[in-house]
Parts: sequence; structure tokens; C-alpha cells
Amino acid sequence: MTAHALFFYVFSFIAIISAIMVTASKNTVHSVFFLILDFISISCLFILIGAEFLGMIMLIVYVGAVAVLFLFVVMMLNVAQQKNKWFAATSGSKHIPVGMIVSLIIFFELIIVIGGWKFKPDLINNISNLNIPTTTNTHMIGNVLYTDYIHLFQLSGMILLVAMIGAIVLTFRQREGLKRQSYIKQISREKKDGVELVTVKSREGIKIDV
Amino acid sequence: MEYLQIFFSETYKIVFLLIPVLVSVAMIVWLDRRIWAFVQKRKGPNVVGPFGLFQSLADAMKYIFKEIIIPASSNKIIFILAPVVTMTLALVAWAVIPFSESYVLADINVGILYLFAISSLGVYGIIMGGWASNSKYPFLGSIRSAAQMVSYEVSIGVIIINVLLCVGSLNLGDIVLAQKNIWFIIPLFPMFVIFFISALAETNRPPFDLPEAEAELVSGYQTEYSGMMYAMFWLGEYANILLMCALGSILFLGGWLSPLDIYPFILIPEPLWLIIKILLLFVLFALVKAIVPRYRYDQLMRLGWKVFLPISLIWVVLTSGYLMYFDLLPRS
Repeated sequence: MTAHALFFYVFSFIAIISAIMVTASKNTVHSVFFLILDFISISCLFILIGAEFLGMIMLIVYVGAVAVLFLFVVMMLNVAQQKNKWFAATSGSKHIPVGMIVSLIIFFELIIVIGGWKFKPDLINNISNLNIPTTTNTHMIGNVLYTDYIHLFQLSGMILLVAMIGAIVLTFRQREGLKRQSYIKQISREKKDGVELVTVKSREGIKIDV
Repeated sequence: MEYLQIFFSETYKIVFLLIPVLVSVAMIVWLDRRIWAFVQKRKGPNVVGPFGLFQSLADAMKYIFKEIIIPASSNKIIFILAPVVTMTLALVAWAVIPFSESYVLADINVGILYLFAISSLGVYGIIMGGWASNSKYPFLGSIRSAAQMVSYEVSIGVIIINVLLCVGSLNLGDIVLAQKNIWFIIPLFPMFVIFFISALAETNRPPFDLPEAEAELVSGYQTEYSGMMYAMFWLGEYANILLMCALGSILFLGGWLSPLDIYPFILIPEPLWLIIKILLLFVLFALVKAIVPRYRYDQLMRLGWKVFLPISLIWVVLTSGYLMYFDLLPRS
């Protein structure tokens, strides 16, 4: 148990420190790197409580895909230079009250969550009374996700699909006069279309139509 | 006291896994160069030691004694961290590779997901190196490389789903044991081909070595690196290639299992079978490097998204339909 507790404190310490550094660090790219560190330490915490499937999915989805896109956007837009311009507090800026409202909402939500901890011992008792068979938690998640919650699961897939198509529609525009490489045309080109053997008469040369 | 004992026994196991991996990475570099030379009718490295076997050691000595130059305008912490990340991730993944039913460092339930997660983290070493160098060529190279790796991971993920459908477990040992009757390369041969090509792209090997296409990008994300830091990138890359070969032989070539359970084959110990299979796949990797010319970038993206992804998705439907119809789905 001691080793368990030690690992727990190490990972949660790293998670909290890096979460603070995400907002505190001046360089935006550094913030994204701290966010990645946060994700990794949280997935370690998941693995520590035995939810290995969730931890690995967290690594694959958030760190392997989402954070890479974050990093791309931050690096390409060069937000670091514009950050100060956006967030400088001027007399007419309205973002502070909006931020206050959002943080208040999050604060009350957190209080509700912490209130739920009061019932945690009952919850654990109830769960242990359910006689859950001892299989891996991957099996358990699959058993629930694809039977009882299949409609919600499919619905969330549809929402993601709609979001994807929406993003493509928003960014896709056809421009005039754009030169494109047609793959089919390139590989179906043959020698006789490209090369012509001509006998050149001496002192006359040849006229080439280009 | 008990913890100390666990700590020492685990450290002992880890050291005895890591040292062979590192040595074989060095040997594999030599093998790669020899095969490359052999195909092109050259001699390759043949001077240092017998058959030039110690060439990699000589190279390593050179790298160690070279000066490490850190560009003045680079982001120093991330610049130093990048090769460390690449190297660490390449070595950490070996923890779950099963060399036989008992010879495995960490026999975790979600072994294949762990490998997949680690290989998807591999992008960060390259992005960090490219960005921290604060120079045009490394940045372009790292962006290309990240896009390439993310795209090909998708198709590798779908191929892994194909195999998992036939196994019914995420444990690497179970995946190997499920191939006792028939290796998955026979029923899933098209998937093996796509896996092989995707693995080439995932490890930035030729013909998909666009991140370091020397004709366009000098040396891609490694341009600003020198000395030992360059060597670490290089070692990490080769360790990743070996890892991909190991993954391929576990998923499709039956891991530690011998091809037939008859007399001459069962004399060879089980871990050796896995090593033979890894070497076989690596020779294929090296031959591809020597034979095939480099792809154009748009062709690479087209191949990943428009060819491999649809084919492997259709194959998932086919496999699950077949297993469903003949009631062969693995039960647990």
C-alpha cells in the first residue's frame, strides 16, 4: 500500500503542478507541453486505480491525437506574439466579467462533485454487493457500452461525424485557376503520349509545338 | 525491505531486457547498411572488426566524443528534451513484448493498447525537436513527419482491431496463443501487407522518409542536432523500427510459436523464434529501403487516407461478418 500511495502522490503532484503551469507559463507552446504532461500523469492515475483501459485510451486519444492538433495550431498561428495583445486589460475589455462567470460556474460544479464524496462509502458498498464477475475492465466496459448504452454510443458517434463534416464544409472552398495533380492521369500516362521520335533533317531543324 | 527486494529484482529484469535491445539496435544498424550495400553491389561497412561488425561501436565512439552544439536561438530545454523523449519512448515500449509465455517484463491486460499509445507518443520527440530548433528546415520536417505519423497510426489502429476481433483479448500473450492453430498472416494477409507499409511510414523509413528528405529539407528535424543528441535520435529511430518488427511478428507471425510443432523446430527455444521473426521482418525493411524510390508527399497522404484506411475498414466489416456468421467470435 505504501508504494501505491507514494506513486499516487507523485503523479497527482505532477498533475496539479503542470495544470497550474498550463495557465501560468508565458510561452503558449510551453503551456501545451504542460497540458500533455498533465494528460499523461492523469492517465497514470487512472492506471493506478486499476482502470487501465481508460488510462490507455486517454493516452491514445488525448495525448496522441488531440494534443498534437493543439500543438500544430499553436505553432502555426504563432499565438505567443498575439497573446499579450489579446489579453491585455484595457478599459473597454469585457473578458474579465465573462471569465468570472465561467469560473464561478465551474467552482459551484466542483462543490457539487465534492459533495458527492459524502455518499462515496455507500456507493462502494452498493457496487460490491452487485456481484460483478471478475473480468478485465475492458470486458466490463464493452459489456455495458454495446448493450445498455448502445443508442447513446451511436448517437455520440453521429455527433462527432456531423462535427467533422461541418468542419470540412466550413473550410472547403473551390478556387478558380488552381493547378491540381491528378493521380489517375499521372499513372496512366504512357510513353507514346510523352515521347515522340522525329527524324531531323540536316540544316532545317524541327519545329516543336509547345 | 520487501519493497527493496521487488525494486532490485525488477531493476535486474529491466537491465537484462534493455542491454540486449540496445546492443541489437547497434547491430541492426550495421545489418541495415550491409544489406543496403549488398543490393547495390557495394561492400558496405566491412573494415572495423570481423565483417565490419564493430562499425556501430566505432560510430558510437565518434558521436560520444563530438561536441554538442546547441543553437543560440533555440529553446534550450525542449531542444535537449526532444532526443531524450524519442529514445525513452522507443525503449519503454519493449516492456510488454512477450518473448515466451513466461519471459515478459510486464504482462498487462491492455498490452496492445500500451504499444499503440507509446507509438502515438513518438510524434512528440520529433515535433519538439523541430520546433525547439527555431529554424525553417527542422520545423517543416517535423510538421511533415507529425502529419505522416498521425495519418498512418489510424490505419495501424484499424488493422490492430482486425487482429483483436479474432483474438478477443488485448493481452499480447493471448494474441500469440490465439495463433496456435494458424498464424494470422494467412487469413489476414492483406492486413499484413498494409501493416508492413504503414509501419514503414510510421517509423519514417524509406520510401516514406519525407521528414528527412535530404534533397528538400537538408535533414529534417535533425538538422540542428549534433554529437550524442543526434545519435540518440538515430538510436531511438532504429529501436522503433525493431519494435514495429516485433509488433508485426506478434500480431501476424505467431510471436514465439514455432511454425510447426515437429522435431527440428521444437529444439529452438521460444524467445529465439521471436528474434528470428523480428530479424526476418527487419531484412524486409532493409530491402525496401534499398529498392524503392521515395514517395511524393501528396502521394503519401493519399495512400494513407484514401487507400489504406478504406481497405482496412472494409476488412474489419468482412472479418466481423465472417466471424459472426460462422459463430467463431471468441468468447470470454
